[in-house]
Amino acid sequence: MTVETGHFALIVALILATVQATVPLWAARRGNHDLMILARHTAWGQLICVALAFCALIYAFARSDFSVAVVAMNSHSAKPFLYKLAATWGHHEGSLLLWILILVVFGALVATFGRGMPEPMRARVLAVQAMVAVGFLLFTLLTSNPFDRLDQLPLDGNSLNPLLQDPGLVFHPPLLYFGYVGLSTAFSFAVAALIEGRVTPDWARWTRPWVLIAWAGLTLGIALGSWWAYYELGWGGFWFWDPVENASFMPWLAATALLHCISVVAKRDSFKGWTLMLAILAFSLSLLGTFIVRSGLLTSVHAFATDPARGVFILALLGIAVGGAFLLFAIRAPSMEGGNGFAPVSREGALLLNNLLLATATATVLLGTMYPLVLEAVTGEKVSVGPPYFNATFVPLMLPMLAIMAVGPLLAWRQAKLLSALKQLWLAAIAAAALIAVSIWIGEAGVAGVIAMGLVAWLAIGTIYAWVRRWWGPGALRRLAGLPMEVHGMSLAHLGIAIVVAGITATSVWQSEAVRLMKTGDQVDMAGYSWTLDRVYDTLGPNYQAVRGEISIHNADGQKVAILYPERRFYPDSQQNTTEAAIHTNWMADLYGVLGEGSPRDGWAVRLYHNPLVPWMWIGSAIMALGGLVSASGRVRARRTRARAAEPANAAA
Amino acid sequence: MKPKHRRLYVVALALLALGTAAALVLNAFEDNLVFFYSPTDLEQKPVAIGQAIRVGGLVEEGSVVKSGIDVRFTITDGARTVPVAYTGVLPDLFREGQGIVSFGRLSPDGTFRAEEVLAKHDENYMPKEVADALKAAGEWKPDTTQ
Repeated sequence: MTVETGHFALIVALILATVQATVPLWAARRGNHDLMILARHTAWGQLICVALAFCALIYAFARSDFSVAVVAMNSHSAKPFLYKLAATWGHHEGSLLLWILILVVFGALVATFGRGMPEPMRARVLAVQAMVAVGFLLFTLLTSNPFDRLDQLPLDGNSLNPLLQDPGLVFHPPLLYFGYVGLSTAFSFAVAALIEGRVTPDWARWTRPWVLIAWAGLTLGIALGSWWAYYELGWGGFWFWDPVENASFMPWLAATALLHCISVVAKRDSFKGWTLMLAILAFSLSLLGTFIVRSGLLTSVHAFATDPARGVFILALLGIAVGGAFLLFAIRAPSMEGGNGFAPVSREGALLLNNLLLATATATVLLGTMYPLVLEAVTGEKVSVGPPYFNATFVPLMLPMLAIMAVGPLLAWRQAKLLSALKQLWLAAIAAAALIAVSIWIGEAGVAGVIAMGLVAWLAIGTIYAWVRRWWGPGALRRLAGLPMEVHGMSLAHLGIAIVVAGITATSVWQSEAVRLMKTGDQVDMAGYSWTLDRVYDTLGPNYQAVRGEISIHNADGQKVAILYPERRFYPDSQQNTTEAAIHTNWMADLYGVLGEGSPRDGWAVRLYHNPLVPWMWIGSAIMALGGLVSASGRVRARRTRARAAEPANAAA
Repeated sequence: MKPKHRRLYVVALALLALGTAAALVLNAFEDNLVFFYSPTDLEQKPVAIGQAIRVGGLVEEGSVVKSGIDVRFTITDGARTVPVAYTGVLPDLFREGQGIVSFGRLSPDGTFRAEEVLAKHDENYMPKEVADALKAAGEWKPDTTQ
């Protein structure tokens, strides 16, 4: 019964969304206030309906109701309870429902927190948001209904891919979708501005927090996905330039460009057309990612069961959304140009460079991702574009970006002097030189690695300096408290980037690896540690059997540093093996061990890694996301201070 | 800066960025496009020794020979076979009869030296390249994928 309720709630949500996509638009045009306000209520109505549907699906998974097709396909009665719940979004239908849930959550949030906006603007934004919801609700109801029942009740479920039985499944998809789908707000605001026919600094202030929140979610989601791949796949790698990873990375790049240029609109009323275009583009790339993942073009752990109808449907959605938005853009944008002028060396100039580099980098990733798919569709020839392509194109574009990032915040708006900015970076230059020297001394870093390490110091010290300079001196505390949140946010985010790049570079150039056949008692010396396979024994998990190894690690002084417990698990319900890597971290490096196949007689194949600075990637990503949230909180504060400033004036009047 | 000059400046920068990107992309494509070959393809289209390629098919039953962490096996598409040598830990889903794709280079003796062996994460799925290769060789039995 709950299952049918869920299905019914989705249909009600579709009706509400259809109303919200049309009526408020008309009302905004006619100036009908009551009907404009309707959008706020329908936005909440949609949220309630979709949340109900989502709860119904969770309930079906919690009770292991195998009469529901997706539960039978993706769950198993022997699964630990937490993973039964997480399995709700471990497959195409359920994850699509999560997608829609987050979409309507954002709709309801805009309805509630968009108070500063004039009513017609809010009505239009919500209408566009509802159009997206209509598309996806139709998609789920017509092609991927999560509430389909099975005619014949199976005895037990098919179980989920055991790779997905992991805490990563609990957090990674919701956060990633939060970012992906959060970008729909940027899209809605941009299309609403195009319908309205003007872009103002106020528009940018309303839009900015949503972009930042979505960006922070996307940052964390990507980092979590990378972390998951790092410890679960057991290859010691963290990023594979897999098309599915790229599908989440491209919207991130576009959103990063967007949140930089949107502040130019807010501050200087420039870059308007470009900002609109990026807002549309960022969400289009989200949709493209959805298409790549769900169309069955790829086979990977992310690619859901294939059904050509779904691919065609998403392609149509993508075409309508992107085509419609860009058509509107082509009609309306030319009348919006103008804005304030600036010199090439200025904050605007630096942000322009940032945007060009990010846009170009996005284009190269897009090309590398789509080229094999398109080539195969056209000629039938099968090629793959691997990490070397992306390293050869993406990295050279990002290195100048890191260099500019330290300088940009020191430049004044409109016109600035490059030399005086560079003079202020003497400390950063010394730090960069020092780290370059250290990298060369350690060796094996290569030219790009050495430059990247230098840029890490340059950016980190430059960012800290630019931040401190804003408040250092007489009355430091008062000035620090008076700094706008966006300055703190930006400084945090840039510092986070420096830390992430340090992690990526260090582990890429200084990773040590040993693959050996080890019997118990055997010892391997690597990266200044000695690794001993002490014993291997059988053990049992809640729904798997495992062979567990015990690898003790001693440092050069003979002190025991850690014991690793890598496992090979066998899941009887799905007849699959997984490898569980064991990781010990001291925050400067990860000691990483994987147990392969083997037997007591021949020994076990063991893979050991020493991965320097890997934890920095996760810490840096968290700092970046924190920076985004801090910056997003700034708007509230600015408005409050303005309101307070306005009060005495009112009293005087 | 006057609007006209600004526009020129922006266009010049954009062209520079795109030009750089185009150069990088072309350069990277030339070296890093990796083509896929089925065992039959390898017979028909010559591949230079040492060129990076991907080869896929089913691991032939009874062909896997392990000595320590060195593994030798044969990939088949039903019509032709290729001998493969690999050093390291094989993926969890690697087994005889399973469809795999491996990245590596041909050695002068005709053995394919695999640097990476990929068995798909989910055994319900046949790697798409392998399924196509089997179809091309006329050896495709849909029920073998389950």
